Amino acid sequence: MRMRNLVATFGVAALALTAAACGKSEPAAGGGGGGNASDSCGQLHKFTTASGVDVAGSPAFTKAKARGNLVVGVKADQPNLGYKDASGKRCGFDIEIARMVSAGLGLDPDKIEYKEIPSANRETAIAGGEIDYYVGTYSITDKRKKQVSFAGPYFIAGQDLLVRKSDNSMDAGKTALKGKKVCSATGSTPIQRVKDEQLTEASNISEFKTYSECVSQLLDKKTDAVTTDDAILKGYAANAPDDLKVVGKPFSVEKYGIGLPLADKALRTKVNAILEAGEGDGTWKAIYDETLGKSGSDSTPPPLEKY
Amino acid sequence: MFSVLTDNWDLFGQGFWTTIKLFLISGVLSLVIGTLLGTFRVSPVPALRGVGTGYVNVLRNTPLTLVFAFLVFGAPKMSIELPSFFWSAVVALTIYTSAFICEVVRSGINTVPPGQTEAGRAVGMSFVQVLTVIVLPQAFRVVVPPLMSVLIALLKNTTIAAGFSVAEAGAIPAAMSERGENQLLTLTWIAIGFLILIVPLMFLQRWAERRTAVA
Repeated sequence: MRMRNLVATFGVAALALTAAACGKSEPAAGGGGGGNASDSCGQLHKFTTASGVDVAGSPAFTKAKARGNLVVGVKADQPNLGYKDASGKRCGFDIEIARMVSAGLGLDPDKIEYKEIPSANRETAIAGGEIDYYVGTYSITDKRKKQVSFAGPYFIAGQDLLVRKSDNSMDAGKTALKGKKVCSATGSTPIQRVKDEQLTEASNISEFKTYSECVSQLLDKKTDAVTTDDAILKGYAANAPDDLKVVGKPFSVEKYGIGLPLADKALRTKVNAILEAGEGDGTWKAIYDETLGKSGSDSTPPPLEKY
Repeated sequence: MFSVLTDNWDLFGQGFWTTIKLFLISGVLSLVIGTLLGTFRVSPVPALRGVGTGYVNVLRNTPLTLVFAFLVFGAPKMSIELPSFFWSAVVALTIYTSAFICEVVRSGINTVPPGQTEAGRAVGMSFVQVLTVIVLPQAFRVVVPPLMSVLIALLKNTTIAAGFSVAEAGAIPAAMSERGENQLLTLTWIAIGFLILIVPLMFLQRWAERRTAVA
């Protein structure tokens, strides 16, 4: 009855083989949605670095000036917004905004040190001084204004639906969601809106860490729609124009701002001035056309909120 | 500090309730399957021993996240359908934890002196009778503390389900950040929540140890 010698039977070998097979199929599944091999970053916009800039009374600026470059929090998995390609190059609308601000602050945009900060850690990273500012689909909300301050908005997005190209059942937008399966990032505002407004049944909602995983589920027909800001969805649709489309009926207003340390009023005033100048001289339009504009939809710079 | 909890009671309540459900269902299932596997590993049938050994060695050496990823992303491609993401999580947690429970139970069985089994056989008991009447009761008495450790690990492992579309306690920080709540306080409350769940397990362990102690 006692445990005898370890039996290295066929059972072990068979199970190990099964496990190896599982391991192989998994990355293919995970990468199915997001990663097209052709996703690489092209030429970045050229900015003229301002000279002799001083932002009196800004601790973050003083630190950055001494360091010689800025540390900017960004996202890396959003095509045409905040994206890092296979070679490590970064591009997208948010990246260009970050570079424009850096140039306006008199610090070389090519020397920016990027840090990938997931949504849930943004406030902590800004408050802890880990980054100088954050540019990454960061919606300005009253609750967040208590922990960080915002310059901008520099872009206005709206919640929309990404569906399979052949599926016309949700063309009406959010009202057509009832009975459909919806996917979004865990705990994100879009999925909380779907729950609050009961746009579909609770059992039809799935939540994953990244939108790429949702897109993978969409392509596998495990879900019928991926929901979040249209800016993010257009990026995915542009990567697979034959399989996916954005419905195009936004049902919320998300004002993207640049997240700054709460107490640093001087820096916020300066960044607002840089954004205003960029919107006025056509730079904003130029970088939009080079990034998100490629999806075919037009946009104009939003009015700044200088609170 | 309290407002973070009371303003978002819906999230915390639902999150922890899902955590408790995941823990209880997969805990009970793992105990049953783990014990069964433990008996496989000491059974006189070589094929059963092989299955037990293979299972334990594969599942103990596979990261839990991979088990989840396989069930959620891989299995559907092989036409293996589970009713919901919640049940995928239960299956992932159960097959993973069973491997550890199996080894705990086996180590308990090994503490029972072989003379006891032989005596049981001598009075005409079957293998199953010897196991359930003589061996397992004594084995469980010995393994109460390690068994509880495995169950506490299971409780904490449930947080991995957050990444695979199960809104349990591990999914609270993401939702709280979107609501603009302080992350540090959120994490503090989640830690307190887990303490509240683990403390009864510790009392249960002490009670079981006292209950089964040999005078």
